[in-house]
Amino acid sequence: MGTAARYKSGRSRPLGRVLAIIGFAILCSASAGAAPFIPDRDEQILERIPTRLSATLIELRALRLRLAQQPSDLSLATQLARAYIEIGRAEFDPRYFGYAQAALKPWWDLPSPPPEALVLKAVLKQHGHDFAGALNDLEALLQQNPRDAQAWLTRAVILQVQGDHRQALAHCVVLIYLPRSRFLGTTCMGKSLSLSGHADKAYHLLHELLAREPDARARERLWAMTVLAETAARLGRSRQAESYFQQALSLDLRDAYLLMAYADFLLEEDQAARVTKLLRQETRVDGLLLRLAIAEKRLGSASNDHVASLRGRFAASRERGDKVHLGDEARFALHLLDDPRTALELALANWETQREPRDARIVLEAALAARDPAAARPVLEMLEQSSLEDVPLAALAARLESVR
Amino acid sequence: MRRLLLLFLGLLSTPALAHKPSDSYLKLALEGSTVQGQWDIALRDLDYALGLDADGDGAITWGELRRRHGEVAAYALSQLTITVKGEACVHNVKEHLVDQHTDGAYAVLRFEAHCSKTPERLGIRYRLFFDLDPQHKGLLNLTRGGETHSAIFSADQQTQVIEFVAVDRTRQFLAYGQEGIWHIWIGYDHILFLLCLLLPAVLKREGNRWRALTSFREAAIDVLKIVTAFTVAHSMTLSLAALELVVLPSRWVESAIAASVVLAALNNLYPLVSGRRWIVAFVFGLAHGLGFANVLIDLGLPRGSLLLSLVGFNLGVEVGQLAIVSVFLPLAYRMRHSWSYQGVTLRYGSALIALLACVWLAERSLGMDFF
Repeated sequence: MGTAARYKSGRSRPLGRVLAIIGFAILCSASAGAAPFIPDRDEQILERIPTRLSATLIELRALRLRLAQQPSDLSLATQLARAYIEIGRAEFDPRYFGYAQAALKPWWDLPSPPPEALVLKAVLKQHGHDFAGALNDLEALLQQNPRDAQAWLTRAVILQVQGDHRQALAHCVVLIYLPRSRFLGTTCMGKSLSLSGHADKAYHLLHELLAREPDARARERLWAMTVLAETAARLGRSRQAESYFQQALSLDLRDAYLLMAYADFLLEEDQAARVTKLLRQETRVDGLLLRLAIAEKRLGSASNDHVASLRGRFAASRERGDKVHLGDEARFALHLLDDPRTALELALANWETQREPRDARIVLEAALAARDPAAARPVLEMLEQSSLEDVPLAALAARLESVR
Repeated sequence: MRRLLLLFLGLLSTPALAHKPSDSYLKLALEGSTVQGQWDIALRDLDYALGLDADGDGAITWGELRRRHGEVAAYALSQLTITVKGEACVHNVKEHLVDQHTDGAYAVLRFEAHCSKTPERLGIRYRLFFDLDPQHKGLLNLTRGGETHSAIFSADQQTQVIEFVAVDRTRQFLAYGQEGIWHIWIGYDHILFLLCLLLPAVLKREGNRWRALTSFREAAIDVLKIVTAFTVAHSMTLSLAALELVVLPSRWVESAIAASVVLAALNNLYPLVSGRRWIVAFVFGLAHGLGFANVLIDLGLPRGSLLLSLVGFNLGVEVGQLAIVSVFLPLAYRMRHSWSYQGVTLRYGSALIALLACVWLAERSLGMDFF
């Protein structure tokens, strides 16, 4: 009986301000020309489907209809689910993850799903930021199939996001010894090392890896280059970082993660103009639009459209009860709304589940802007414990100390 | 190996994704027994379910959508059930429009649902797209007058029941007040007890005889003392019992009330207590209050406005009481000299009341019904 609470927030009052902002945003977007209308021409185009996808989607539709006839066909279902997950990742479009989940329905709620379905379930949970759920599923899977490289890799990556570098490293090492995943395992290890006090070692490891395996698959090389570039950036080796980012881009494989990492690097290097050039067309991806908007603001050419669009997107996400955008929302609040207190609240909430350097960074930036060094203490402690080598982050931490 | 390749990059820390998961926006406005609905459904989702791009050119035009309007409406409305008291409300489509949300164009379906009665409680079952996309959510916004309720439908929560708790406190207060008045008017034992005590108010006992009082004021003061004592006493126990701070078996309470009537009546025949009848009023008033409380508990006290209702009821009792007394007193005073008052009403009346009350006493204490 009764109504479901839309915002389950029992937090301190400053978060109420976020809600007010969001609510106001919803109000604004609701009133600002968002009234339903009747188009006057039949030829008016309402929605486009990306043409590069059309053929694939038609194929998948046929597959989906086949699956509807035999929903318990595991191999058909996993084939369809994988295809949807691939599109979802490539297009940065979470609806496809929903479609994938639908394909896996017969096995989703089973206490022990078959491994092919279980690994996909874990991947989907990870995309939905249900890290604990994904980790549990993968653990169960690995108990049955201890040689499932995909499961080891997924688990390693989640652990890296959560900041558990010791366990992550152990997983990466296992990967190295599994057939055909040595390259991935080495990259994985490099990433973990770079985050836990062995950045220089990681740098050389990855550099060597790329030199030694020029014929490795492009996507794998892309990942290695991205990790290497980020490591170089953290070590303060800007020239090398720039070089590796450019190499990664030259592979010409569409990857939002790479674009975001590069944009963050450029913003740190005070090269906002290059960010706008890089991301000019990237308005569909929220994280990229955010970085574009930040760069525009730095250049003094802030676009109201972009800011309003971001506001609406965060509001829509909040309205449906999702919490996957907290880090980006925090950056939005700090850099575009000039609201450090809200930013700090959001950043700390984000820190609960995500502990990568960029997550640490927004906490420190917000704490600095809000002149509240005490709030950043959990982050500072964690940084110390993990011996993270990150020159820009260390500078921020030092500035925070001087505020005390 | 290809499989591994395809998925590993999905495993990198996912950036906040561009497009958002699938949502529909359902706005319902309750007007009397009709629900006015506006349902915004993403064209992407409709296309996924029904296939809207007729010419396969990668674009959904207004014309293509328009030609499928009937199908869209039928599909969507078949997944939505609005019920009042278990009966489904009947949909009818009013118009189709289009709107833009953060992730693209939406079909806007305006419809009405006609329910059989004006609901205090609305049940809504929503199943749209869950079979195709378990991550879809239906965002509900329901209004009635100035009240707004929101809810989220998901694959795990397909039904919502929205209650319109019309907390009109004034009306509630008055309603309980009314109950109070009513229950003292039909509370013959309470009235008779009070009247028995009040009957001698206009008289003075002198030796073995009754004498009419000369001063109205004296009578009035006597009445006032008795009524006030009775009121204070029964208010106290009414409150204590209604709040369940004092709980006594109702059989005892009812028997005590009957006994009080017997004694009050007998007191008019063999006056034991003359000038201190207010003490009697007070002492037995305690029992009467417990009796009222049982009534109130049977009526039910709303959790949200417990005290308000209690006070309302109590005041109602006082108002009812006051009405009776204000009719009785002038009448009694007027008639105080007459034999019909002193002889008939006081003596025979009291005797009859005593008898009646004895019957009550027997019934209540033995738990039997004689009449």
